[in-house]
Order: sequence, then C-alpha cells, then structure tokens
Amino acid sequence: MLKHWLVALAPAGVQPLFSAVISIAGVIAVFATLFALTTVAERKGLGRIQNRYGPNRVGPFGLLQPAADGLKSLTKEDLTPAAADRWVFFLAPLVLVVPAFLALSVLPMGRNMTMVDLDGGVLFFFAVGAATELSVFMAGWSSRNKYSLLGAMRAIAQMISYEVPLILSAVTAVMMAGSLSTDEIVAAQAGYTCGVPNWFVTTPWGLAGFLLFLVCAMAESNRSPFDLPEGESEIIAGYYIEYSGFKFALFFLGEYIGMFAVSGMAITLFLGGWNAPAACLDAVPSFVWFFAKLGCLIAFFIWVRGTLPRLRMDQLMNLAWKFMLPMALLNLLVAGLWRFAQPGPARWLACGAVLAGGYLTLARGLLEAGGVRGRRVYRFAE
Amino acid sequence: MTLPFLIFLTLTALVLGGALAAMMLRDLIHSALALAVSLLGLAAVYLTLQAQFAGFAQVLVYVGAVAIVIVFAILLTRGSDPAGQPVFARGWPWGAAAAVAVFGVLAAGILRSPLAGTEPPAGVEAHAAEVGKHLMAEAVLPLEVTGLILTVALIGAAVIALREKVES
Amino acid sequence: MTPALSPQLTMPPLQCYLLLAAFLFSIGLAGVLVRRNAILVLIGVELMLNAANLNFIAFWRFGPHPEAMTGVLFVLFAIAVAAAEAAVGLALIIALHRHYQTVRLDRADTLRG
Repeated sequence: MLKHWLVALAPAGVQPLFSAVISIAGVIAVFATLFALTTVAERKGLGRIQNRYGPNRVGPFGLLQPAADGLKSLTKEDLTPAAADRWVFFLAPLVLVVPAFLALSVLPMGRNMTMVDLDGGVLFFFAVGAATELSVFMAGWSSRNKYSLLGAMRAIAQMISYEVPLILSAVTAVMMAGSLSTDEIVAAQAGYTCGVPNWFVTTPWGLAGFLLFLVCAMAESNRSPFDLPEGESEIIAGYYIEYSGFKFALFFLGEYIGMFAVSGMAITLFLGGWNAPAACLDAVPSFVWFFAKLGCLIAFFIWVRGTLPRLRMDQLMNLAWKFMLPMALLNLLVAGLWRFAQPGPARWLACGAVLAGGYLTLARGLLEAGGVRGRRVYRFAE
Repeated sequence: MTLPFLIFLTLTALVLGGALAAMMLRDLIHSALALAVSLLGLAAVYLTLQAQFAGFAQVLVYVGAVAIVIVFAILLTRGSDPAGQPVFARGWPWGAAAAVAVFGVLAAGILRSPLAGTEPPAGVEAHAAEVGKHLMAEAVLPLEVTGLILTVALIGAAVIALREKVES
Repeated sequence: MTPALSPQLTMPPLQCYLLLAAFLFSIGLAGVLVRRNAILVLIGVELMLNAANLNFIAFWRFGPHPEAMTGVLFVLFAIAVAAAEAAVGLALIIALHRHYQTVRLDRADTLRG
C-alpha cells in the first residue's frame, strides 16, 4: 500500500526500477536494524543465561551497543597480512554478504510482500546458500594461516554435510504444497481446522521436518553447538582470524543475515509464513506475524547457543550422515504416506509410529557408536 | 544495442574471462575460483534463455559442489611439485593451434548455417513443475539410470580415494 | 521476467549463443591439451561440458517445440553426470598423487615402452 503510493510519485517510465529500489532499500533497512538488535539481544541473553548482565553501559539497557560496535569496526585498523592473497582476501566478505542478502529476496514477509516472486523460489534460495561455502574457503585460504585453513576446511565439510538433510526436509514441504514458489507454499498453509492453523508444523511429518530443518539451519550458519570452525575456545576465530575492522564486521553481518534468511525459510516452509495463528487474529497486518515468528526463532537460537555444549567434529559428521540424513529420508516417506492415507487418527498413529521407530533406532545406533550405555555415573570432586 | 544484448555481452565477458583465467593462471586455487566465476556467468546466461531450473541447478551443483570438490582436491595434492615449473607443457603451440583450428571450423559452420535467421518462438519458461512432469513421464528411465550412476560414482570415488590399509 | 518486453524482438540471435559456446569449448580444449597439471585438465573438461550444455539450452530455446523440454532435461542429466565424473576424476588424481607424489601428467609415464 505504502509502496504503491510512493511509486506513483515517480515518473511513469522509471516506475518498475523505482519500485524495485524501494523494496530493496526497505528490506535492507529492516534487516540491518534487526541485525543490530539481535547482536545486543544475543549478548544480553547469553549473559543472563550465564548469570551475568550483558552490555548495559551504552544507552538504556545497553540498547545502543550496536552503534558503539559499528563505530569500533569502522575505525579499527583494517589489516591485510603481508603474505595474504590480496584480491581473494578482499573479496571473501563480499562473496559472503551478497548471497546472504540475495536469499532474503524470496521470503514472503507479508501478503504481497515478497520481493521477487520466482517460480523456483526455494531452489533459488538453496542455490544461493551453496555459494556461501566458497566464501568461507576463500577467507580461510587467502589468510595463509594454518589455523585459518583448518577452520575453513572444517567449516566447509560441516556445511556440505548438513546441506543434504536441509534440502531434503525442505523438499517434504515442497512436495506437500505442490510448488517451489514461496508464495504458494505459504498459501497452502492458510486456513484453520477446528481452530488449529493448517501450518505444516501441526502434522507429524511437518514437525519432524521442522526440527530437522532447524538443526541443519544451525549447522549451516555455524552457530553453537555447531560452531567448531569458529569457536573462540577452539581455534580462535577459525577462518576469519586475520580479518579486522570493517571486513570482520561484514563477516559478522553476513552470518547473521544468513541466519535470518534460513529462519525465514523455516517459517515459510513449516510455520505458515505470514498466516496468523488463529482466525480471529486475521486483522493484524501479516508482516507482524512473520516478524513475530522470526523473533521467536532467533530467541530459540540464542537460547540453544547458551545452553548446549559444542559438538566435536566427528560427532558433528556422525550426526549429519548417520542420523539426520536417514531421518530426512524417512520423513519423505512419511509425508507421502500422510498424503495418500484417509484423514483421521489412523494416519496420525501410523506416521507417528514410523517416525518414532526411526528416531529410536537411529539414535540408539549413534549412542552405540559413541560407546555410551547404561546409567550415567557422576564423579564429584573430593 | 538493446539492453538484453548488453546483458549478453557482459555475461559473455564474464564467462570467457573466467574460462581464460582458469586455463592460464599459474596458481591453481585462482584457476578454480575463476572456474566458479565462469560457471556462475553461464548460469546467468541460462536464466536469460528462460531455463530457470537449469540455471539454478547449475549454481547448486556446479558452483556449490563441483567447484568445492576441485578446490579440496587442489588442497590435498599441493606441495609435491617444486614451484617455478613451466606452466604449459612441452609442445604447447600444437595444442593451442588445434584449439584455434577447432574454433575456426565451428565458427565457420555457425556463421554459414541456414539456421542463422531463426526467430525464437513465444516464451516457454522451463519451470520446475513442467520439468518434473516430463522427468516423471518421458524421461523416467534416464532419471533412474542417472541415480544409479551417481550412487556408483559416489561409492567408487570413496573407494578409490581411501587410504589402503598397510599390511605390516 | 518483465511481461512488457517480448523476447522475440530483443533477444540476441541464436548465433551469438552458439559462438559463445564454441569459444568456451575451444578454451577448454586448449586447456586440456596445453596444461600439465591433471586438475587443470579436469577443469578444461568441465568447461567443454558446460559449452555443450549451453548449446543444448540455446537450441531448445530457439528450436521448434520448446514445450517438450528436451534440451532442459538433457542438460539436467548432463550436469548430474558431469558432477559424478568430476568426483571420480578427482578421486583418481588424489590416488595418483598418493602413489607418485606428483600430479603432473608428464610424470605418469611408467607404461611407456
């Protein structure tokens, strides 16, 4: 609405371009602000979980901390190591940030608010996500630093391994909605049955798919507990050890925007996009629901980061290939079963049984491999 | 000089520039990155030809996977040849001449062919839905065979690259 | 895509795409024949495969019956098979490196008579 009024102000020949520029400016402004708020929310949230205050000096409750951080990154000296490969070193942050912002363009943030309505929206999103892995490698290799290269190799191995269950769990939602277009997937989740919204997460395959997608999303954005490639206590900063100043800020921005993008895709695929949770709340503008759900997912990510310990590299890879991939395939099977069974409690039981059976078998298999069996034994310091 | 033609020229520069850089640079990693740039440009060309599914699949598979595998292989096999070796093999003029000859023949064939003035028919966009229907209807046998090829290649590559157990 | 422009009037002609594909093919061929590192030869082969894919898509778009999608399907299978071939080729190169400690093609000559 607002956009149409603004576009009408421009001369007629240039209107499509003007409309595109306004959308882009709007999305960048909104997500950059969200990035700033998330950094402060994360530090305060982690602080509270760890029984301390987060930043609370700059501004009321530390809310102006991102401004201070931004000023710091802009004025810090931007070092390039003497032995580094200059062009690749310079381009790596850009190659991270540009695909991250591109991925935001297919997310439906409200009714008629998708920036680009592609018929292959979900495919475009994953294609663009695959391009971020190259940036990680470029950063790690161009620093000519052993630890940096090691961090980059670990990061790429992790990202490729978790990309497969990510895409497979997204395919389930695509299969049930019948289209790769994000708008149509959201439209397929409209409506309510007996007061419960028709979101995909309210079905057994949807719930399993959502949890799988969320875990893989955490791994793709290198967030705890999957942050071995960039853990501060492990390898200092992993693949961006040698970056300082504005380039580091760009890496930070790129990672968080990637997190927002993949959370937005989780909301679109499983949580019903911009649909309201109850029929009586339909009067509230649709983008409010999208951003509310996004806020909940971000809070969940911060919570998990503060709570769970980091996974070791072999535990990470085992989880991806021996648990997540078979579960994602089983989920596809269950979704197909759901589609062709009669509606009623029988199909809930059947699908739930298959998923629960698969989970118990696979998780038991993982535990066996780790050699952990029997009751936990605690040892206390004397 | 319409806008689509300008876009085509830019993409051509990207594709050919990347390919030339990939084949002529001394540093292997730069070659691999130039290859990735060239493949991205090619995906953009597919998009201008309204083959969206092919374009996105190209980015997902080639740039997201093949380029990374090539980079990994370069990293795993470096340091064995002493630096400062000549970049091109002995007898490289013959190879270059052969490539130029091939290009000459192809270009002559293209420029003289009677297909020169074909008009493109009305736009048919290769969306995923139609491609999927064709895959499942007419091309289901190649689809299954491709799945088999990929499985065999996966297992084979893993077996070939495994370290052999040392019998001591 | 903007619906106002009709592609017939503004798209570059078929020869442009075919020439681009031919040029890309010859660059790949030159690389295969001229470089001595095995991985660069593989990169050249990938360039040649991509040139062929471009040819397919161009002919699909400009030819009769684009609704049969033959070109796009062929390209999809070609991309999949090329990815499999790159994986196997690189595994072979890694195995070669492990045995001969080199990836230069002119060193792999133990079968020479």
